Amino acid sequence: MHLLLAAGFTFTGLIQQVVSGAGAGAVYATLALALVLIYRAMDVANFAQGEMAMFSTYIAYALVGGDFGLLGTKLGFNGLHLGLPQAFWIAFAIAVVASFGLGILIERVLIRPFEGAPLLTLVIVTLGLFSIVNGLAGFNWGYVFKTFCCPFPQSAVNAGGVSFNYTDLGIIAVTVVILVAMAVFFRYTKLGLAMRAASLYPESSRLVGVRTSWMLALGWGLSAAVGAVSGILVAPVVFLDPNMMQSVLLFAFAAAVLGGIESPVGAVVGALLIGILLALVGTYIPGGENLRTPFALLIIVVVLLLRPAGLLGRPETRRV
Amino acid sequence: MRRDYLNWAIGAVGLALLLVIPNVTDQFQTFMFAQVAAYAVAVVGLNILTGYSGQISLGNGAFMAIGSYTTALLTARAGWPYLVTIPVGGLLAGLVGLLVGIPALRLRGIYLALATFALALSVTPVLNNYDKLTGGHLGVGFKAVTPPFDIPLSNEQWLYFLGWIIFFLVFVPAWLLLRGRTGRAWMAIRDSETAAAANGVGLAYYKTLAFGISAFYAGVAGSLLVIDFAYVNPDSYSLNLSLQLLVAMVIGGLANIWGPLFGALLVVWLPYMAEKAVNSKPDLAFGALLIVVVFLAPNGIAGLLRRGLLVLRGRRREAGQITGALEATPAEADQIAT
Repeated sequence: MHLLLAAGFTFTGLIQQVVSGAGAGAVYATLALALVLIYRAMDVANFAQGEMAMFSTYIAYALVGGDFGLLGTKLGFNGLHLGLPQAFWIAFAIAVVASFGLGILIERVLIRPFEGAPLLTLVIVTLGLFSIVNGLAGFNWGYVFKTFCCPFPQSAVNAGGVSFNYTDLGIIAVTVVILVAMAVFFRYTKLGLAMRAASLYPESSRLVGVRTSWMLALGWGLSAAVGAVSGILVAPVVFLDPNMMQSVLLFAFAAAVLGGIESPVGAVVGALLIGILLALVGTYIPGGENLRTPFALLIIVVVLLLRPAGLLGRPETRRV
Repeated sequence: MRRDYLNWAIGAVGLALLLVIPNVTDQFQTFMFAQVAAYAVAVVGLNILTGYSGQISLGNGAFMAIGSYTTALLTARAGWPYLVTIPVGGLLAGLVGLLVGIPALRLRGIYLALATFALALSVTPVLNNYDKLTGGHLGVGFKAVTPPFDIPLSNEQWLYFLGWIIFFLVFVPAWLLLRGRTGRAWMAIRDSETAAAANGVGLAYYKTLAFGISAFYAGVAGSLLVIDFAYVNPDSYSLNLSLQLLVAMVIGGLANIWGPLFGALLVVWLPYMAEKAVNSKPDLAFGALLIVVVFLAPNGIAGLLRRGLLVLRGRRREAGQITGALEATPAEADQIAT
């Protein structure tokens, strides 16, 4: 107790950390949802997910501010931007749709040749994609931090001594909307059902006329779109640069593992828990800001050792 | 018997090339080739773990950091002779590798990749956090290494020969290990754990051993690299380093004993050339090469050369039958059964 007091512990302070941790967790949740989408479709963690989200964010940034980087300079359309009052949200929508298209393109061009390849091959390919996307963004926009602001008002509401940031509230709301939309899509639409069927029983699905390979492409498209949301939402908080999503990706991995890597609800629950835990670690442990990444490593290892299926996943059975 | 002559000839040419390089290149180039030796050692280690025993590691950069900081701290703070710190760094990293290998036994496939990815990302913040020991952002520097006993070599030439002598000292045991019982056990585990266990291969022993040995090589490589620069700081141990090792392993030739040489050449020289040619970082080229190689030549540069040699000897049929770690193996059957 003394230790806590020494660190300036107050109850409202604790609640405050929990609230802002949940806001950060919501960002991890959207990226974790994107990871889960691809994991369910092809049993591989997409190491390029964060970089794809980063690139989507640059697209939105370019549309709002008219900074198309080197490409814009070469083609002479830098400075062209959406001079509208709602520019941010229009750019957001365009970037999400563009990411959907790019996700499908990536699957068709880079992933499709490796369908059914061994795990190591797929991991190497997604890491190659990681490098390509990171290199492209760095080549075009450089490695200087950019500010990209702001989807939500930069103020907060106060309730009982705890301030609720509009940014955090907004991000949480967006995450809930995505989760609900995904649940509806996969449960009630024919396309969603076909996608689930294609990943669970590829042969049977093919027999009843589902184009399984295209379902995979669609999965990548959706995943890229969901990931784009996380990138655009987190950019105002962490600044925009080609490496901005690396730690976010790690926290999203930790969230997906904690929640059960096949479970969308698990990913969101896991992400909120991770967000809150990391906020507490950052505040109450000396030097905690640096220890957030190793802490995520610890969570991944402990969860995998004690409960490999995660909180909400179903235990894996293997036939040998 | 003809075959043996050709292999000996290639070996002799390679060795001659190694001896000639430091005499015909300028200081900077010699220095770059000295780094190639260090990277080659690290990639030999990664190849043992991922290429041969099939455990995906994206975190070998962490073991390199252990070797690097051991050398830097012992040399700079405790005044140890730098040569002595190389085995110490290697052994310390190997010990940590063994310890990491034990929980890793329970993580299969993609989960091991995730955990080691987290390990790779953790190195820099941890080094920054314990700045009393590691010097934090400022890093640790020591006096640049010079040739001993007044040998008439430039500093770069000495680093070059030191690097390549150490390379051969650790390469030969790896080669023998991989040719023998241990190597066969690792490959059996990679191709199908179930089949390996059924044939009496002790999974826990061999998998942990692979981690320990791999980490030892990474540690030695880390030591060498620090000796080259006489300086170390946390930013050198970002995710990028671990990714470079993977790039070198895959492009050089997965599960090929000579692959690391080609891979190390590439990851040392390509960034420099990318900087010079297009004033940019090499990530784009690395990523593209990675995917192209996995698609067109899954056995990497070494695999292509081997195929070329076989064709040259008129053994075309055999050349078409080379299979490697990335081709369909019983492990796939294993996965499908899940």
